[in-house]
Amino acid sequence: MTLNGKIPPGPLATKWTEYRSKMDLVAPNNKRRIEVIVVGTGLAGASAASSLAEMGYKVKAFTYHDSPRRAHSIAAQGGINAAKNYPNDGDSVYRLFYDTIKGGDYRSREANVHRLSEVSSDIIDQSVAQGVPFAREYGGLLDNRSFGGVQVSRTFYARGQTGQQLLIGAYGSLSRQISLGNVEMYNRHEMLDLVLVEGKARGIITRNLLTGELERFSGHAVVLATGGYGNVFYLSTNAMYSNVSAGWRAAKRGALMANPCFVQIHPTCIPVSGDYQSKLTLMSESLRNDGRVWVPKNHEDAVSIREKKRSPLDIKEEDRDYFLERRYPAFGNLVPRDVASRAGKTACDEGNGVSPTGLAVYLDFASAIARYGKSRAVSEGIKDPDKSTIIQLGEKVIEEKYGNLFEMYEKITGENPYKLPMKIYPAIHYTMGGLWVDYNLESNVPGLFVLGEANFSDHGANRLGASALMQGLADGYFVIPYTIGQFLANDIRTPVFKTDTPEFDKVEQEVKDRLDKLMKIQGNQSVESFHRRLGKIMWEYVGMSRNGEGLQIAIKEIKKLREEFYKDLFIPGKVNEYNYELEKATKVADFMELAELMAHDALNREESCGGHFREEFRSPEGEAMRNDKDFAYVAAWEWSEDGMHKMHKEELKFENIELKTRSYK
Amino acid sequence: MKLTLKVWRQNGPSDKGGFEKYKIEANEHMSFLEMLDVLNEQLISERKEPVSFEHDCREGICGTCSLVINGRPHGLLTGTTTCQLHMRFFKDGDTIVIEPFRSRAFPVIKDLVVDRSPLDRIVQSGGYISVNTGNAQDGNAIPVSKEISSKAFDAAACIGCGACVAACPNGAAMLFTSAKVSHLGLLPQGKIESDRRTMRMVAQMDKEGFGSCSNIGACEVECPKEIKMTNIARMNRYYYKATLGSDK
Repeated sequence: MTLNGKIPPGPLATKWTEYRSKMDLVAPNNKRRIEVIVVGTGLAGASAASSLAEMGYKVKAFTYHDSPRRAHSIAAQGGINAAKNYPNDGDSVYRLFYDTIKGGDYRSREANVHRLSEVSSDIIDQSVAQGVPFAREYGGLLDNRSFGGVQVSRTFYARGQTGQQLLIGAYGSLSRQISLGNVEMYNRHEMLDLVLVEGKARGIITRNLLTGELERFSGHAVVLATGGYGNVFYLSTNAMYSNVSAGWRAAKRGALMANPCFVQIHPTCIPVSGDYQSKLTLMSESLRNDGRVWVPKNHEDAVSIREKKRSPLDIKEEDRDYFLERRYPAFGNLVPRDVASRAGKTACDEGNGVSPTGLAVYLDFASAIARYGKSRAVSEGIKDPDKSTIIQLGEKVIEEKYGNLFEMYEKITGENPYKLPMKIYPAIHYTMGGLWVDYNLESNVPGLFVLGEANFSDHGANRLGASALMQGLADGYFVIPYTIGQFLANDIRTPVFKTDTPEFDKVEQEVKDRLDKLMKIQGNQSVESFHRRLGKIMWEYVGMSRNGEGLQIAIKEIKKLREEFYKDLFIPGKVNEYNYELEKATKVADFMELAELMAHDALNREESCGGHFREEFRSPEGEAMRNDKDFAYVAAWEWSEDGMHKMHKEELKFENIELKTRSYK
Repeated sequence: MKLTLKVWRQNGPSDKGGFEKYKIEANEHMSFLEMLDVLNEQLISERKEPVSFEHDCREGICGTCSLVINGRPHGLLTGTTTCQLHMRFFKDGDTIVIEPFRSRAFPVIKDLVVDRSPLDRIVQSGGYISVNTGNAQDGNAIPVSKEISSKAFDAAACIGCGACVAACPNGAAMLFTSAKVSHLGLLPQGKIESDRRTMRMVAQMDKEGFGSCSNIGACEVECPKEIKMTNIARMNRYYYKATLGSDK
């Protein structure tokens, strides 16, 4: 199979405009006869479903939640990037494009990323028109802030709840289309398989989560906007239900899974506190605008903090190691996520971590509080303010900026971050890998489109902060509505697909057999216990730092665990009823296969790039060493039951950007 | 810490349901839902049916989790969802009573899981600004004062969990509906269809079987996002304007 990215010809800056002007269109009278299935109702899914419905297509939308508004996009905190250049700091479409390619460590497609950055401004306009209450200046205009890996302020935000507000905007548009009868909404329906008719994606099998009933749905095309697979690590910042199953089922029907080993580890999460822990909570990257990351310089100080004999406030300024500022003076605390995560891990590996586990570093707001306090005192006309007044005023400024995050931190840890520095540690946050798609966001299975985090296309080996929301909405509002026409234009005479056909019979039977197989095991261990063990293997060997030997061990261990799973799993209840344990079991079963593929991919990629750090490939200073000669390609994998997974390569051609060693020093 | 849990078990909407008692060992660092995870692992190891409860993000933003804990939606803390409640707020030896969000419009699906889809239908009746993709002008074309934007945000912070409904003796969804009406009605972009939106959303609210507001205020106290009752007053003003105002 040769992978054709279908990148249109012409200069980078005008590719998308020209392509869009010459694209195949579907006339309004024909759109009414064409059905599109959209799975997932997060930013990408909701924006796609509503936009396609507004254009006149008949849309069927699916979510496993009780409401489309629950999708995990809602948890995104910090913001959304756009090349508006409102702050007049030299931003441009090209600069956003360049930063994204560089931030992704040169492992994404130039044309896709440029398009993303072209449409970024439209997203802000669209969201404002929907009533998204972005932060504003006193003059009534939109405010911006900075995020990691860039030197301009291009991030729009709605306090620390930007994802929530953008999703409510998209959910509003979706709700409007539901009320107009243009979208049929199926809540509490989980996609369990993809149905191909003559090699094209034409339907899905779902399980009604209230009744356990399997149902069939057909469409002229299937759009997956089903998010990322970070929960393969068990502990992550993802929501509990987030899973890979829709994408993985598509992969087992022939779609290729691209760069599955590219996982983002977010540097600022609340550290693990115990074995019972079910998830990790992110503290927004925006905090690194004002927080300074440090550990004690001296090992003895770190030990005494771990033993709770001393507090961080006892450590003198000169005895602190602000390691990001020291190692990366140009970007300081705002280096990209992969760089910050590894530096934090290194500090802890060297024995200077804080918190009883030794796996935490400080994120300290004391200097920001003092700085803001002084400037607020000036603006309020307070002469010679004393220290406590400064701190009081400074804390108020910090509260205005990050109040909800500080509150969230205190709720979880019981510590007051205004007085004591936050303790943070890296955690799994986002997956750059995903189903392979071409420029049209169509996978190698014709008629199967993949949007948002579920595809691999825009972030290379590392995603920059505030770019996930941008990509999800770009794909849904401004890309798929056009590019899906390239496929559907050939189907204007194709009648609605019936579901009582051999193709649907066969896939539904396979789903039924799969569920029965799981229910019949009747062993002794819970789904949760297997998931937890899988997570441990993945974090240990396929986590923040990987090596060849460890990856080989991971592959063996995962296989062993999978065998045990199919022998000793216990699911209570019945198949044809509301059964959360069964839902979890199908997800974990899929994670176990994906996990193996991730390890294979990581083993194959003998270089360090972005979030993928191979210990064998690093410079003497410990920085990642990329190998552009041998690995400037997308690894798109075909799953094979016998473990001999086949890789298809898409070479990445950089015509506009010179490949450089990424430096934030 | 050793705890006794009295948990509502109900096998489907038509089942009568009742409390079951469980003994459990927890620790103070756990979140409330992690404590329930432990209970479920315990039940599964005894080959019994785990307790059904809904949850997802576990960081207080998706609105999926619910539970009435010792008589209070989302538990004793204000401004906190159940998933953000930690066990350090309980004592060794406590008995904790756990019930679903009960209201006429929210039928129980199983155990602690209820059907909150009426809230979606209220939004579908008008909780949006009618703008198609591609219609928008520049984001800075209409300035919005910081104060108005901030007020709109306060209302838009609603997570649609339904605690306000569960807290209300009348089973009203006024706080939920008024938060949406206020969020959009305050902004210049949403003012244009404010009359229509308010009337349609109020009508849908009544149709779904929610009660009326009698200014009790439990909704505001229990709202995990601290949405204010002033939104209800605003919705009433909008409603009067839309139905009886001098423009009509």
